[in-house]
Amino acid sequence: MTTHAGAVPPALHGLMAEFDEVTALVAAARRAREAGYTRLDAFSPFPVEELNEALRLPRTKLPWIVFFGGLSGTIAGYGLQYWASVIHYPLNIGGRPLHSMPSFIVPAYETTILFAAFAAVIGMIMLNGLPRPHHPVFNVPQFEAASSDRFFLLIEARDPKFDLTATRRFLEDLAPLGVSDVAE
Amino acid sequence: MAGTPQDRQTDAPYPHPAVGVVTDDDRHVVGPGHDFTSISEKIAKVPLYRGILPAWLVGFVVAFAITMMLLFALTWLVIKGTGIWGVNIPVGWGFAIINFVWWIGIGHAGTLISAILLLFRQRWRMSISRFAEAMTIFAVMCAGIFPLMHTGRPWLAYWMLPYPNSMSLWPQFRSPLIWDVFAVSTYATVSILFWYVGLIPDLATMRDKAKNIWTKRAYGVVALGWRGSAMHWHRYETASLLLAGLATPLVLSVHTVVSFDFAVSLIPGWHATIFPPYFVAGAIYSGFAMVLTLAIPIRWYYGMEDFITMRHIQNMAKIMLATGLIVFYGYACEAFIAWYSASQWEGFLIANRTTGPYWYMYWTLILCNGLVPQLLWFKRVRTNIPLLFAIAIIVNIGMWLERYVIVVTSLARDFLPSSWGMYAGTMWDWMTYVGTLGLFVWLMFLFLRLLPMISMFEMRTIIPQSRVRDEHTGH
Repeated sequence: MTTHAGAVPPALHGLMAEFDEVTALVAAARRAREAGYTRLDAFSPFPVEELNEALRLPRTKLPWIVFFGGLSGTIAGYGLQYWASVIHYPLNIGGRPLHSMPSFIVPAYETTILFAAFAAVIGMIMLNGLPRPHHPVFNVPQFEAASSDRFFLLIEARDPKFDLTATRRFLEDLAPLGVSDVAE
Repeated sequence: MAGTPQDRQTDAPYPHPAVGVVTDDDRHVVGPGHDFTSISEKIAKVPLYRGILPAWLVGFVVAFAITMMLLFALTWLVIKGTGIWGVNIPVGWGFAIINFVWWIGIGHAGTLISAILLLFRQRWRMSISRFAEAMTIFAVMCAGIFPLMHTGRPWLAYWMLPYPNSMSLWPQFRSPLIWDVFAVSTYATVSILFWYVGLIPDLATMRDKAKNIWTKRAYGVVALGWRGSAMHWHRYETASLLLAGLATPLVLSVHTVVSFDFAVSLIPGWHATIFPPYFVAGAIYSGFAMVLTLAIPIRWYYGMEDFITMRHIQNMAKIMLATGLIVFYGYACEAFIAWYSASQWEGFLIANRTTGPYWYMYWTLILCNGLVPQLLWFKRVRTNIPLLFAIAIIVNIGMWLERYVIVVTSLARDFLPSSWGMYAGTMWDWMTYVGTLGLFVWLMFLFLRLLPMISMFEMRTIIPQSRVRDEHTGH
């Protein structure tokens, strides 16, 4: 975008290159990373495992969240039954022990899965910073295709190495379909 | 749900084809010539651009009318009480439990397809998982109606939940019926979560493809602002895999707990250790029969033969055959144990089932569930769509009869002849049962109209263009 003297340039979120092939996106992501860019993101209409390595993404902590979600489900489910049956209202049912462990396992098993599943879904959504219906990338009209058949590489303006002219030239060298400004 | 990249890597001898070339390997799970654009267009256009189709409208209206009959039957039940049903002493469990078990079982195939086949990295699962999961949720909704209304006072059903109350009372945690409350409510919740997570990227596609601003906003809200970022996909894939790992033991536990409703009692014919595996196999058997019952007309009417190919149809038929054989083994085992245990009650039970007043139910069940599905050994039968559709319907009927035989014959003639009695469903029982079929079909019609029936993002992962080629990545 060229801004003539005197005009206030719109705040820029970054520059975005558009590709029509997944291989080109992965190669572009790797080259951007090798060129020293760090505030990068890639967008694809389906999961691309190769991008994790190309962008050097950290492993998600989600499994731990799910583990502790499940553990809290076990403790909550079993604890509720123990507390209700042994402490709060002990009731002799056909001479069975107040602490009927084999029976209590079944609801505790279900609450384990229930809590772990909630942890997985809510954890994934929260870690991803969703819901976020308005994000700068949506300001690029072509980005509508990111959910069906196009691939995008974004270099954010806050990247220490970001320079409007140099970064644009770098992206254009990657042979994209086009390079767009992403307004903030 | 998730098209894990590992799915793609399992095809080790993949020859890195040129873009757009579909190899023989893929021809089975997706029709030739598809690319990212055509997949999205073909699936998204059904809810977005095609409008209300005439046959859809007719089916929707008929199903809605039947759903209204369900509401009528349930309203009358609430006014008059459960006495309008055929249940009485000694058969206190009639249609309500038969239908509950039948519907819950049908749901199991959806979870098997979306969770267990994901763990086994079965790529053919991808095009049928979305509507199979929808089927699961709707089947569980239909199932839930029966025990709820069978309590007689459905407005007090929350008494089954552990909550602090003024009487300081708690549910009976030692009872399988309370285990059922936990199992089924967890199953319904996790199924909905799993389904929704699978929908998020597709809802984003719908948002981006919608022309009408309100349609766009509606899909936009439920898509949560999904933008397909690499880190988001990484967490998404992890979440999908973990949910599949959680749903697998869950689905096995649900019908196990349902079978405990019977097996933990002392009634002959119910008090059997084979019940949990036999029930789970029966559930998957009936579920695949229902998936086929739905998939065959859907793929025909919406022209989805490219995505739901003969390989899908055949695989489902094979699973039906395999689980049907397990179920048949269960029947044989019941008869064997009746003889081997030398228990006069068990022996009488089998004699009563096979030659007693409900003999025709039992033998029809053997015909439907045991004999007819043996035709599936033949490839000619598995590839004959009308015949396969008929077999799926027969298995659905057979599985309903199985639950009828289990519930009714054991209760109708237990230990003392003085307490014997006969059971038959009343008009209200039938209206409620047929009504839930209407509700189920009505919900399926709504689903087909409003949501992408096939997972678009997963379908993208199984075409050759989704593979990252080596010549570019090597450096």
